[in-house]
Amino acid sequence: MNIHEYQAKQVLKAFGAPVANGVPIFSVDEAEAAAKQLPGPLWVVKSQIHAGGRGKGKFKELGPDAKGGVRLAFSIDEVKSHAADMLGNTLVTAQTGDAGKVVNRLYIEDGADIESELYLSILVDRTVGRPAFVVSTEGGMDIEAVAEETPEKIVTLPIDPDTGVTEADAAKLCDALELTGDARTDGMTLFPILYTAFVEKDMALLEVNPLIVMKDGHLRVLDAKVSFDGNALFRHDDIMELRDKTEEDAKEIAASKYDLAYVALDGDIGCMVNGAGLAMATMDIIKLYGAEPANFLDVGGGASKEKVTAAFKIITSDPNVKGILVNIFGGIMRCDVIAEGVVAAVKDVGLQVPLVVRLEGTNVEQGKTIINESGLNVIAADDLDDAAQKIVKAVKGGA
Amino acid sequence: MSILVNKDTKVIVQGLTGKTGTFHTEQALEYYGTKMVAGVHPKKGGETWSSGLDGAANLPIFATVGEAKEATGADASVIYVPPAGAGAAIIEAIDAEVPFIVCITEGIPVADMVKVKRRLEKSNSRLLGPNCPGVLTPEECKIGIMPGSIFKKGSVGVVSRSGTLTYEAVFQTSNAGLGQTTAVGIGGDPVKGTEFIDILEMFLADDATESIIMIGEIGGSAEEEAAQFIKDEAEKGRSKPMAGFIAGRTAPPGRTMGHAGAVISGGKGGAEDKIAAMEAAGIKVSPSPAKLGETLLEVLKG
Repeated sequence: MNIHEYQAKQVLKAFGAPVANGVPIFSVDEAEAAAKQLPGPLWVVKSQIHAGGRGKGKFKELGPDAKGGVRLAFSIDEVKSHAADMLGNTLVTAQTGDAGKVVNRLYIEDGADIESELYLSILVDRTVGRPAFVVSTEGGMDIEAVAEETPEKIVTLPIDPDTGVTEADAAKLCDALELTGDARTDGMTLFPILYTAFVEKDMALLEVNPLIVMKDGHLRVLDAKVSFDGNALFRHDDIMELRDKTEEDAKEIAASKYDLAYVALDGDIGCMVNGAGLAMATMDIIKLYGAEPANFLDVGGGASKEKVTAAFKIITSDPNVKGILVNIFGGIMRCDVIAEGVVAAVKDVGLQVPLVVRLEGTNVEQGKTIINESGLNVIAADDLDDAAQKIVKAVKGGA
Repeated sequence: MSILVNKDTKVIVQGLTGKTGTFHTEQALEYYGTKMVAGVHPKKGGETWSSGLDGAANLPIFATVGEAKEATGADASVIYVPPAGAGAAIIEAIDAEVPFIVCITEGIPVADMVKVKRRLEKSNSRLLGPNCPGVLTPEECKIGIMPGSIFKKGSVGVVSRSGTLTYEAVFQTSNAGLGQTTAVGIGGDPVKGTEFIDILEMFLADDATESIIMIGEIGGSAEEEAAQFIKDEAEKGRSKPMAGFIAGRTAPPGRTMGHAGAVISGGKGGAEDKIAAMEAAGIKVSPSPAKLGETLLEVLKG
């Protein structure tokens, strides 16, 4: 689960990390009051969307010459005019896709005098199974570009979960970031704080880019991006409250209610599959035969008839879907349960597009019988290859 | 021969009394009489579990893994405990020095697995999973949730990060007449007990395994590391014919595709790099998940 920058900073601040003062606003009317709470003479007006690249992003409605999604203001009037310019408009960044994201929230923040910009993140390094710091002196830019062009400037340091960040670890991070004086003293305190926040809140990613050294020699978390381990949210009610559903796809929200793993995609063949690997492989084979999947959908292992029905409805609610492929290899999942769910859903919502069903594994004969006796216009497939060819043909043939 | 489990493997079940544990324990008992020997439940120690099968099998329930192991001499434990308690269940099995632990549970917090991983490093136990379908040696032993009906005793070693794609590989190699020595699902989580390399080493060392299918997916670099291992071993003269598949060629970057570990992040973990690494190690990678058996047959024909 992702949260906004200002929320991430509030979480980190509670652990004692140095962040600037700031005020989130939801309407232009709030801009003046927000700015007055901060000392000036420099304010930063930042779009709050769940995507990076905001500074270089462009607003769809404002034309190519308008400023981006993160702007400096040198007066309260300027804060107000930026807010009027940005709120309600659609920001397109390198990470949003062409559709962009509507900016519903802004963060008005106290400006900082920047001496240098650094990069810091914490994530679980899966090769060693431990949380690891990733740091670089090349902050403020796209870390993937740094990794590509100057990989020697990125330092990774795994942390022993039994000890946490030791003094020696913190010193290594200070060295890697070339911190001296006050900044080094700050770093020795900050790194254990960030690690503690990462572990205690079950974060999946904590990224500070940039971490800045200010002109006064101290460190500050200038930007923060935090995402949480979805599997651990059950023990963090405070974090759950930070969820912003307007940032999520409506179909994905519906899917999460039924505990379905669903990702919306751009193609026109809807897929319902059991198992994440097989669901990805089904997308791949659709592409192999020249079409594009409309979604990833894993109904999971122990799906009930109700869950299958809900999954089917989510797929058919996507107007781009021109055909549906149901691909089930029953292990825990029984083919007869899937068949009953599909039949119930079709009877409920109707079927306007071709439907190919491939069933294999546990109770496959009962499943096939249910489909055959339902009287529905279903195209049966013998195996995965046959299924993919049949749905692609059905969709392309109808175009 | 086989790897990891055979007809003599004695298995205890953590989470036996739940719906999932009960169903799959019945299935295991029905599968060539897999030696399921006991269940564990902290509050039901001393009770007896009865299966719903004809000629009902009864298993004793113990309050702790340690007691169950002591009383039955179990070599393995399978865990069906819900995610919030599964990490602690694995640690209990490690502390009881169970040699082989299989965790089926999906959705364990990564932080819990970090703790488990640290404990494993200090122990002699092997963990398979979590978020995996388990392991099956045809006609001998089934631990986990794989459908026994698609297996056939034979010569192919199957190792996969994905459950249902394991079934595809098994089904297709059965249909191709090859059959399997053992099929192993290592699981879709980013932090797990057993990696491809561990299983590949066992298959290379197992005389009955004549060829190997390896199925990976996007995210992380385990496939690249496995490919490097296969390459290094081949240079030492150890190699077996191999076919493979990588799921997620069409997955968009930055999105988690069902499995917590299946995400392309920071430009890393994409399918094409993995396929290239596997091909460079002499593994024939099938472009289609429907042609795993066919691809392996081609490799075997040379």
